Amino acid sequence: MITEVQATLFVAGAILMGLGALGAAVGIGILGARFLEGAARQPELIPMLRTQMFIVMGLVDAVPMIAVGISMYILFAVAG
Amino acid sequence: MASGELTSGAYIKHHLQNLTYGKFPDGHWGFAENAIEAKEMGFMALHVDTLGFSFILGALFLFLFAQAAKRASIDAPRGFQNFIESIIDFIDDNVRGSFNGKNPMVAPLALTTFIWIVLMNTMDLVPVDWLPVLAQKISAGIFGIDPHHVFLKVVPTTDPNMTFGMSIGIFLLILYYSVKEKGLGGFIGELTLHPFGKWMLPANLFLEGVNLLAKPVSLALRLFGNMYAGEMIFILIALLPFWIQWSLSLPWAIFHILIVLLQAFIFMTLVIVYMDMAHQKEH
Repeated sequence: MITEVQATLFVAGAILMGLGALGAAVGIGILGARFLEGAARQPELIPMLRTQMFIVMGLVDAVPMIAVGISMYILFAVAG
Repeated sequence: MASGELTSGAYIKHHLQNLTYGKFPDGHWGFAENAIEAKEMGFMALHVDTLGFSFILGALFLFLFAQAAKRASIDAPRGFQNFIESIIDFIDDNVRGSFNGKNPMVAPLALTTFIWIVLMNTMDLVPVDWLPVLAQKISAGIFGIDPHHVFLKVVPTTDPNMTFGMSIGIFLLILYYSVKEKGLGGFIGELTLHPFGKWMLPANLFLEGVNLLAKPVSLALRLFGNMYAGEMIFILIALLPFWIQWSLSLPWAIFHILIVLLQAFIFMTLVIVYMDMAHQKEH
């Protein structure tokens, strides 16, 4: 039996994961596109660009990963 | 799963509970037997598992690097020495690339944060039940303690106390070197006169103050959040029947290696960048 509180928590977890993924998808898409553009224009800069890209990717990636972790906690430990 | 009668919620909560030693409300000191007791201790509580694992891993880091340094030879470098040298070269390149001031302490600081965080994050790749169950068996066998009261959270970086401890340490270093390099007046001037000029002093102080305080908070929460989420997913995979677990936990563990190294690298890079900002004289 699912109570109303639990149902709200499930919706909250879903929104948390979905919106986090949405933002990160746009962010990483732009990041990858710009990296490829930069790499095509100046291939000699690829090693430097790749390092910088990974740094920014880690920064962008952090928020949705945290959202996934917290929403999993909500779904399985709080609501479950 | 540790035992059949546990619900999944209880299993997850058991895994996310630190082994806490502290002062009970009635005044005596001891280990908390459940989450409520740990909460009642309030400020006077130590997470023994976080402290223990981080100290052990820090000692391992120092031991390994000291061994490599002692046995280092110019004529016949062996595999282990080459490995350590490649790490040091990597850190050195990064510090040279992003740090423009003069401070012999930044490169060792970057090396320490990087290797220590890598080691602590790597504890995430140890299967989630091995060490906690081992601790339960040992404490039940030797001391006769009820296994349900034995908690062990293996990854120190999934404890916000650990990540905030590190980032506040970095924050104090930022303050120290800002004052040392720019002088107290220079530092206060940077905080109060910067974006809008001296007639907008409160707005400047607010903006720069938020900027300054956001550094340790974001540094700590980023590392904590990533490791916590990763650990959470490993725990959820461990709830599945044992014969299917490998099909999820293997891909996640391989992906998690990337996160483990990337988060340590980002922490290190940001430490270098913040130290560089602390050493910059003029904007």
